[in-house]
Amino acid sequence: MATIEQKGMYRTFPRSGKDVSFTHYCPGCGHGIINKLIAEACAELGLQDRTIFVDPVGCGVFTYYYWDAAHISAAHGRASAAATGACRARPDAVTIAYQGDGDLGAIGFNNAFQAASRGERFGCIFVNNSLYGMTGGQMAPTTLDGETTTTTPFGRDPALTGHPLHVCEVFSQLKAPVYIARVSVADTRRIMQAKQAIRKVFEIERDGRGYALLEILAPCPTNFKMSPDKAAAFCMNEMEKEFPLGVFRDETREPLAVRPVPRAASCRELFAEKDAVPAAADDPAFPERRFKFAGYGGQGILSLGLCIAEAARLERRHTLWFPSYGPEQRGGSANCSVVVSGTPIGSPTVEHPDVLVCMNRPAYERFVGDVKKGGTVVVDETVPVEVQPPEGVSLVRWPAIRMAEEFGVPKAANTMMLAALKKFKLTGLSDASLEEALVASFRKKPELGEKNRELLRRAESGARS
Amino acid sequence: MTKFVKSNEAVVMGALYAGCDLYFGYPITPASEIAHGAAKWFPMLGRTFVQAECETASVNMMFGAAGAGRLCMTATSGPGFSLMQEGISYLAGAELPAVVVNVNRAGPGLGNVYPEQSDYTPAVKGGGHGSYQTFTLAPASAQEMFDLTMKAFEMASKWRTPAVVFADGLQGQMMESVQLPDAEMPRPDFSDWAAQGEPKTRQNLVKSIYLDAAQQEEFNNHLQEKYARMEADAMGESYLADDAENLIVAFGISSRIARTTAEELRREGVKAGVFRPVTLNPFPRRQLAEVAKGRKVMTIELDAGQFADDVRLNLAKAGLGAEAASVRMVHRMGGEVVSVDDAVKSAKEMI
Repeated sequence: MATIEQKGMYRTFPRSGKDVSFTHYCPGCGHGIINKLIAEACAELGLQDRTIFVDPVGCGVFTYYYWDAAHISAAHGRASAAATGACRARPDAVTIAYQGDGDLGAIGFNNAFQAASRGERFGCIFVNNSLYGMTGGQMAPTTLDGETTTTTPFGRDPALTGHPLHVCEVFSQLKAPVYIARVSVADTRRIMQAKQAIRKVFEIERDGRGYALLEILAPCPTNFKMSPDKAAAFCMNEMEKEFPLGVFRDETREPLAVRPVPRAASCRELFAEKDAVPAAADDPAFPERRFKFAGYGGQGILSLGLCIAEAARLERRHTLWFPSYGPEQRGGSANCSVVVSGTPIGSPTVEHPDVLVCMNRPAYERFVGDVKKGGTVVVDETVPVEVQPPEGVSLVRWPAIRMAEEFGVPKAANTMMLAALKKFKLTGLSDASLEEALVASFRKKPELGEKNRELLRRAESGARS
Repeated sequence: MTKFVKSNEAVVMGALYAGCDLYFGYPITPASEIAHGAAKWFPMLGRTFVQAECETASVNMMFGAAGAGRLCMTATSGPGFSLMQEGISYLAGAELPAVVVNVNRAGPGLGNVYPEQSDYTPAVKGGGHGSYQTFTLAPASAQEMFDLTMKAFEMASKWRTPAVVFADGLQGQMMESVQLPDAEMPRPDFSDWAAQGEPKTRQNLVKSIYLDAAQQEEFNNHLQEKYARMEADAMGESYLADDAENLIVAFGISSRIARTTAEELRREGVKAGVFRPVTLNPFPRRQLAEVAKGRKVMTIELDAGQFADDVRLNLAKAGLGAEAASVRMVHRMGGEVVSVDDAVKSAKEMI
């Protein structure tokens, strides 16, 4: 078969298993012209090796058969999202999304709009033919008032469907885009202007300057149900009335510099070299202990649990810490569970704690009945003990809140509670580990670490038991 | 040496060690710490974090990034996972490697932010359109949130398929020690098929469309053959199963409740063991059959029985019809977690 050489296009197109040398576009369709202009611009600027085309679903779906460059064929509406992924993955590539008006204007509008708002470095070529072509000529957001389509058989009624969506005008409200323009391919003069605009989009992406949107008005004779010349006339006379041609934005500014962030050379440097302790060692002789800590948010309940967990890790115990989470965490009550074990930990939930620490009444009343026989409840002395612990469970009332206030550090009530756990040997962990863990928990404010160690010791020696 | 980290953060660390270059995500509780960690650590290593406008965008950004030959990921929870299903089907249809982490919350609908395993079917059976599968792994600890995220990237690359790390809200929030590897995984080379914007990939095409029915069927056959070969990478583990008379089958966080349940049952004189699928797809059917043969089977799960049905199916496919018929379940839903007390009681009733 004889073929015509066309810049930027493959020589033949292997559609449906056959090699052909004509496109699938209908006679007089704007896509055919636009496809040729895009292929030419890409080739003339020498960008075929660098270009990633992101193809749409719709009449433009088969551009990968035509344009001689790499392609990613995206889901319907998602070309701008896929182009975001591609241009972020390959910042040196020239990424071009090709989208239609159902694709970009309806199902994928937010993806296109948000990509433009972020100033993604790709060019979006948006073909507006005022309807859905491929699926059979249905109404698009760009359909003109009164225009007949297969889903507006009596003409588009603005009272029911609103008015045509002006994509360039809407996108022009955004700060990030560097280029926004609307052109047409309805006659020769307009085609020449469109070609210049398409080249401009490629140049912007070649130079990594930012986001560019080019809307192209295109006739669709098949779905307009018109001859090609009448369809072109409709495009010029009716569509341009609604969608005036022009350049909405053309800025030649430098792209914003990315603000520097702290950097690490490797995962190892970022993670492995800080705050690491030796792995847990199996020690079946160490009896598993399960703790629950509960109180109001702000009483340092979660960090008290973390402190016990850290002390256990220092002793190479298997350790698990688990908070209550979600809305519960933001309001009044907070609780967390800690499991310390000599062997790998099974269930992470603490149904029957060996040790329950309560800083307020609701927590006490909610959990006291769950404590394991032989276990201990440590409760702040301000909590009225109307509910007795189950038989075989010890109760310690401890003046954590009062001591913290007396010491002039009301926020240290959790450290006061730690003093009780330490004093009554409720953790199975050494005093040295508990203190080291307490100090370590103030890693970011070392002076507070030592201060709390001192408070801990005072609380232990001074308090009533 | 180990670090004490929240499981959700371990996911990010695992991804970075695996060579993941891009994170795309939309925040959702209880998976948000993954986005928080990624937002901080990806840029610190010169990699890319993008907060997407929705989960549909996240998954399609992955389609573009994976299509351009880079390792990428997202993390979400139930509602977001539902929104991603179309995109995951496209990833499978274009044979793109990418990792989706689902930290399952309670559903259906808005549900709540507490743990469930109720996204089992979409996470394991391919929740979108068409005959595709994902490589699905179910971690049960912070260490495995790290290790199996790394594994997910390895499997996604090896099989050119989307991989799902299927966790739950409970383990997403818990902190445990994580041992980090010495080295990062090398970046795979996808230049034979990816659209990289480089001379050597100029004529590469990433697509999921074959307009010709015969070609589309041929592609489907290719996918199914691939999935059959993928079964070689199924992983499972047993605990106290050698002499067990009763077998508890559970995955993810439920498998840890199962361990404690089996220990408790043994203290009470009942010979119980545990089998845990580590990969849910491919399902470790042969391994399950080996330990389930001749035993009574009970599942522990945080859904309505989707997992139990899959256990029955796999036992039946392995020729263990009687064992399949014996499967009982103890389960909770709505964010409630099966207690060891309830599991022990249910197991005793089974005997």
